[in-house]
Amino acid sequence: MAALINVPSKARRGDIIEIRTLTSHIMETGFRHTADGALVPRDIITSFTCRYNGTEIFRADLFQAIAANPYLSFFTVAKDSGKFEFEWIGDNGYASTASASITVE
Amino acid sequence: MPTTRRQFLSLAGGATAAGAIPIVTLQPLEATPAMLSAAIRNVVGEAPVRTGKVKLDIPPLVENGNTVPMTVSVASPLTANDYVKSIHVFNEKNPQPNIGNFYLNPSSGRAQVSTRIRLADTQKVVAIARLSDDTFWQAAADVVVTLAACTEEMN
Repeated sequence: MAALINVPSKARRGDIIEIRTLTSHIMETGFRHTADGALVPRDIITSFTCRYNGTEIFRADLFQAIAANPYLSFFTVAKDSGKFEFEWIGDNGYASTASASITVE
Repeated sequence: MPTTRRQFLSLAGGATAAGAIPIVTLQPLEATPAMLSAAIRNVVGEAPVRTGKVKLDIPPLVENGNTVPMTVSVASPLTANDYVKSIHVFNEKNPQPNIGNFYLNPSSGRAQVSTRIRLADTQKVVAIARLSDDTFWQAAADVVVTLAACTEEMN
């Protein structure tokens, strides 16, 4: 699935940087009914993880109250050049990953 | 003929005796304040929750409950032994009370998380932060919602 990742490509060591992620997902709550009364089954992303050069720096448990196409923004300290890896896990075996790299001077 | 409680119980008892335990799943219509406090107790346990340190930024009036921007920030020095462990956000009247749990660490740089949420009704949103010394701090905000989310019919 498509994900939009916003990480500064360059930072100075020790800078506080913002990471913004947006992924496309319906986030069906499981509380809605179709016009003929059938319950629409739940289909949501339940977990998001961000790793920075292999170390987990941010994790989130998501529930039905998170809007469709989950957006998350959080912060971290730029330590070393390297890679951010993002992982979304959800219902029905849903799994999606993305990555972004940063140069730290 | 309407089924009386007595008949229902004896039926249920009979089914249990026969080895088939009836499983009744009730889909809650909305998180009542009792569900809200139960969800909070689930996270904080018996610990007291003090007001302060947490800032919950959410519009007081939203037209569309389907995407409500929300930012939670916590006043913390974020040092190795004084930082924010996690931020938990709850609602009062959605079909279920949790919104999200966010786990931070000393190198988060800034204890702030933003996302977009759904609100099914005009209600209270509560954000609770767990600090590294296992104290809990909260902030609450009331949001008026004109168009509800979550339970609308699918077209």
